[in-house]
Amino acid sequence: MATAGEILRRSLTDEVGVSKGSVSGSEEFHVLAVDDSFVDRKVIERLLKISSCKVTVVESGSRALQYLGLDGEKSSVGFNDLKINLIMTDYSMPGMTGYELLKKIKESSAFREIPVVIMSSENILTRIDRCLEEGAEEYIIKPVKLSDVKRIKDVIMGGDGK
Amino acid sequence: MDVLSQLQRQLADFLASLYREGFVDDQFTQLQKLQDESSPDFVMEVVSLFFEDCEKLVNNMAKVLEQQVVDFKQVDSHVHQLKGSSSSIGAARIRNVCIAFKTFCEAQNREGCLRCLQQVNHEHAQLKANLQSLFTLERQIVAAGGSVPAMQ
Repeated sequence: MATAGEILRRSLTDEVGVSKGSVSGSEEFHVLAVDDSFVDRKVIERLLKISSCKVTVVESGSRALQYLGLDGEKSSVGFNDLKINLIMTDYSMPGMTGYELLKKIKESSAFREIPVVIMSSENILTRIDRCLEEGAEEYIIKPVKLSDVKRIKDVIMGGDGK
Repeated sequence: MDVLSQLQRQLADFLASLYREGFVDDQFTQLQKLQDESSPDFVMEVVSLFFEDCEKLVNNMAKVLEQQVVDFKQVDSHVHQLKGSSSSIGAARIRNVCIAFKTFCEAQNREGCLRCLQQVNHEHAQLKANLQSLFTLERQIVAAGGSVPAMQ
C-alpha cells in the first residue's frame, strides 16, 4: 500500500543518507559567502548552488558576523539551528577585510572550526601567507571557477567523512 | 531543421569570433556552465548586472577625474572594482583596459586616466552590442525548437 511503501522508502533513504557520509539528504552542505561585489555575489551563489550547496550570501564582513551572531547582538538565526560547513570570503572589502573577518571567526569558540576560504584577485605572497597563518583553509585566486568549488567541497567533506 | 542548423552554426561562429577577438575569455565559458533549466537566463542576468555596475563605476570615476584636485586613490578603487567584476564574467578587453588604467592611477596621470575611461566606455558599448546579438541568436534557436549548444 502507498503508506507502507512511503514509510519503507523513507527509512531506506535515511539509511543510505547516513552511510553516504556525514552530510545526508536533510543536512545540506551550507556555505556562507561574503563579497562586496554584486556581480561576484551572483556568480559565487550560482557556483555553489550548482555544486549542490545550500548558500547564504552577504555583502560584508559585518553582515557575516551579524548572521553568525558574533556581533554581540542577537543573531537572526537561532544559534542551535545555524550549521555552516564553510565560509568563503572576498579579501578586499570596504570596512572589514576578509582577513579581519577570518581573524574574528578564528577567535570565536563557536565558529573557529569552520573552514574559511579567502578569495582574491591578487596573487600577493605575503598576503597569502598571512591568511594561511591565521588559519584560512585556502586562498583562491579570482575569478572563481566551478572546479575550485568542487575541489574545496571535496576536500572539506572528505575530511569530515569517516 | 535547415534553419535551425544554420542558426546554430551562426551562433558557434559568432561565439568563436568573440573569443578570438578577445572580447570574452575562459571565464565566460565558466558562466555558460552555470546556466541550466533551473537558471535558464543566468548568463544574461549576470551580464546585465555587470553592465549596470560598469556604468555606475564609470560615472563615479568621471566625477572624480573632473575635480580640480583628483583623488587618484578613489579612482583606483573604482578601477579595482571594475577589474574584478569584468574578470568574473570574462569581459577580457575591459579587464585589460583596467590593468592599464590602474597604472595611470598609480602614476597620478589624469590624461592617461581619462583616455582609459574613454576606452572602457568604448569596450562596454561593443561588448554590450555583441552580447545582445549573442542572446538574440540564442533566443532564435530556442524559438526554432533547438537548444543552445553546450560550450566545451
